[in-house]
Amino acid sequence: MIRFEHVSRRYSADKVALSDVSFSVASGEMVLIGGHSGAGKTTLLKLIAAIEHPTSGAILVNGQNVGKLKRAAIPYLRRNLGLVFQDQKLLFDRNAFENVMLPLAIAGFPPKESGKRARAALDKVGLLAREKALPVALSGGEQQRLAIARAVVSRPSILLADEPTAHLDAENARDVAAIFHEFNQVGVTTLIATYEDSLFSPYASRRLTLDHGVLKA
Amino acid sequence: MNAWLAQHAKALGWALRRLVAAPMNTLLSLLAIGVALALPTGGQMLLGNVQQLAKNAAATPQLSLFLAADAERKDADAIAARLKNHPKVREARYVSREETLKRFKDNEGLAEAITVLPKNPFPDAFVAIPRDETPLAMEQLRDEFRRWPKVEHVQLDSAWVRRLDALLRLGRTGVALLAVLLGLGLVATTFTTIRLQVLTQRTEIEVSRLLGATDAFICRPFYYFGALQGLLGGAVAWLIVLAATLALRGPVTELAALYNAAASLQALDPDDSLLLLAFASALGWLGAALSLGRHLRNP
Repeated sequence: MIRFEHVSRRYSADKVALSDVSFSVASGEMVLIGGHSGAGKTTLLKLIAAIEHPTSGAILVNGQNVGKLKRAAIPYLRRNLGLVFQDQKLLFDRNAFENVMLPLAIAGFPPKESGKRARAALDKVGLLAREKALPVALSGGEQQRLAIARAVVSRPSILLADEPTAHLDAENARDVAAIFHEFNQVGVTTLIATYEDSLFSPYASRRLTLDHGVLKA
Repeated sequence: MNAWLAQHAKALGWALRRLVAAPMNTLLSLLAIGVALALPTGGQMLLGNVQQLAKNAAATPQLSLFLAADAERKDADAIAARLKNHPKVREARYVSREETLKRFKDNEGLAEAITVLPKNPFPDAFVAIPRDETPLAMEQLRDEFRRWPKVEHVQLDSAWVRRLDALLRLGRTGVALLAVLLGLGLVATTFTTIRLQVLTQRTEIEVSRLLGATDAFICRPFYYFGALQGLLGGAVAWLIVLAATLALRGPVTELAALYNAAASLQALDPDDSLLLLAFASALGWLGAALSLGRHLRNP
């Protein structure tokens, strides 16, 4: 489903984010990406979503070489991915429901069906009662769950999450981990960059560890 | 199809909300566009009126043929026949010297002067109306009539029409120039307002891109914004021109009355009004396109 073939990403001669990384993730797997801060976890996820492009090597997602995609094709790649960002990237002038509606509006879903789907997604993360709330009115845990609802609302086949439990207390972090587990259970291939292995390891099939941009065995 | 329409409706709704959200900015932009467009539009309207007036005044451009003083009745008959059979003459009317004398005698101011004269000073004359009323054709006809026997003088009553025509052409060029310059101004105004909109929507644009939005999806609301702003600016221009027309109508009618002419200032006709609105929207759209090309393609 996802394959990295000798992927490197250099920002400058002495700033290397990833160096000759090769691995593959099968459909339906949940894989953790570990490593210290600055090891290249975020870069790895960004490469899959074509937010960044590799300096060398090939990244294949569903058989497509992501690094070689034309600019116009990138949006369609991203619609097949659910992205949970480290800084969540919620829109603060829209309420929870409208935030979750955004991916559906972008993909061109009919408004009526979109409403049903958005509510189902909010329900899954336990935020249905708060659909009218603006993000500022939500707690840190609720904001993170809202970000997850937005990522999964268009039912992507791949879910990428970057430090989804950072800044959360233990209880909220456990909830979030359980939510990812649920999505993985229904067949969504899940990649989670995290340094909190213990939260996810009961659910994950394996773990990739990065050290200064190099994948450790 | 339904989803496509829904997306467009959404983009249009967004653009409307953005315009309403900053009423002061919107009002100022619309005024700037409105004034810019009102100038060439008003100029065009005035030109149209003058043209109409000229057309009415010179409805029948004519040639006056004055016969020599020694021309006799049979000479006049010959000329009458020639005029009648001339392919380029639509209509010819004989004005005898007696008739002219009588007309002048009926004129109070001139009656006394005329009676003092020993004999009738007026020649026999013909008034000919040509088929082709273009100045060139009329001049050719004049030159031809001049060579006829017993024709003393041919007067072309179209010289002033030609001068007016030239003036109107100059006016039209001026208005066109003004329209181009101020149209550029409109494009520039839209360019900057769209830039500001893009800046305030930066986060939304970034997030939308990450969620798989195409360029078309991201640009669509801004296009609508530009076109809508242009359209509303055009409407403001239309109102300005209408107000000016109404304000000027009274004085123009009075002035015309002093010249014994019945003229009243006509407002923009529906065709011109639609053209103005279409033109304004198109320029708004163009300004948006240029601005988006500059500010969105390379985030």
